[in-house]
Amino acid sequence: MASEGGHGPQTSSEYISHHLQNLQVCKDEAGAWVWNECAGNPIAINVDSMFWSVLLGLVFVWMFHGVARKTSADKPGRFQALVEIIVDFVDGSVKDTFHGKSRLIAPLGLTIFVWVFLMNLMDLVPVDWIPLAAGAAGIPYMKVVPTTDVNVTFGMSIAVFFLIIFYTIKNKGVLGFIGELTLHPIAPPLKGPGLIAAPFIIAFNFILESVALLAKPVSLSLRLFGNMFAGELIFILIALLGIYQLPLHFGWAVFHVLIVTLQAFIFMMLTIVYLSLASETH
Amino acid sequence: MDINLTLIGQTIAMIVFVWFCMKFIWPPLLGAIEERQEKIAEGLAAADKGQEKLEQASAEAEQIVADARKQATGILDQAHARANEIVAEGKADGVKERERQLAAAKAEIEQEANRAREELRGQVSAIAIASAEKILRREIDEKQHGDILGKLAAEL
Repeated sequence: MASEGGHGPQTSSEYISHHLQNLQVCKDEAGAWVWNECAGNPIAINVDSMFWSVLLGLVFVWMFHGVARKTSADKPGRFQALVEIIVDFVDGSVKDTFHGKSRLIAPLGLTIFVWVFLMNLMDLVPVDWIPLAAGAAGIPYMKVVPTTDVNVTFGMSIAVFFLIIFYTIKNKGVLGFIGELTLHPIAPPLKGPGLIAAPFIIAFNFILESVALLAKPVSLSLRLFGNMFAGELIFILIALLGIYQLPLHFGWAVFHVLIVTLQAFIFMMLTIVYLSLASETH
Repeated sequence: MDINLTLIGQTIAMIVFVWFCMKFIWPPLLGAIEERQEKIAEGLAAADKGQEKLEQASAEAEQIVADARKQATGILDQAHARANEIVAEGKADGVKERERQLAAAKAEIEQEANRAREELRGQVSAIAIASAEKILRREIDEKQHGDILGKLAAEL
């Protein structure tokens, strides 16, 4: 068992559920802030998710801003070259997909890609290291991969969702947005006796298109969450195997490098695609 | 696993990071990349131009060398012709000089011969007169026949 040096003897299920428990702070019924007694309480914050996600966001900002601040067109250093490869890659992806003009899309894509990548990358830190260190420092729970927290992935996809609505309204107007929700996929008849059926058709379209619209952020966040959560869970299960974990852990980690990068790329790419769909005028 | 305030916190964090990226990271980085692309394109164009110029210059140089060679050949030919001319002139001069000297020599010889002949004639006539005198001393009076003897001497 990988729980030596932890909090005394644990069963496997205790070990797993301990690893999947966020460090939470919430307001209880009496109005006081309490730690880790927040099941079902919506006024709670997953402190570890926020901490790691903001920390990794700052790492991204620090790295890229450091390069951007003393960037020069003449002789790029190694790190600048790396950063420029990433920037160029994102810029190429955006230009291939998004044909409108926007100052937001490309930086949005870059932020999403690098930030999600860094958050996913925390998955490769051996699962016990940081929780054990935190436990030694007196912190009972520590979940280090922010993207295995559904709140984090939903938080990002909701920002994307509002951007989708914003871009749709900006490029097609409020009427265009409403029309997109009600006049597709079945065009309601506008005259003749079929007019009686129009409200039903519009209602049907609205239900269908609302689901399609809402499915975008939901699928975006659940895809990332599901992949990372499953990956994390497998790392935890492998960690339960004792000495045999070493080759398995290595194999899964190598495979996971692919997933980490791929999921970051997919999140960025789908964001760009959704926004370019939102700003396309028919 | 519950949905809670973390969601809003993450959304706010994302907005802040995206805003920062849009404001302070993306423009300088992309600006540098585009500037470098421009510079590289310019450099390649300059290299092409340089290559073209080099080709042009080497063609020009070849032309100049060919011209120079042609000119040199011309000069050489001219020099040969001139040398031939000089040699011919020299020959002609030599011939002329020889003829002149020959003529002078001939004239001198003739003069000398004439002089010798004159002298000889004088001596012969003197000898003739002397011999005739000796012969005729006895029979002919010198004064009587002197004119005849003079006429003879002149005819010799």
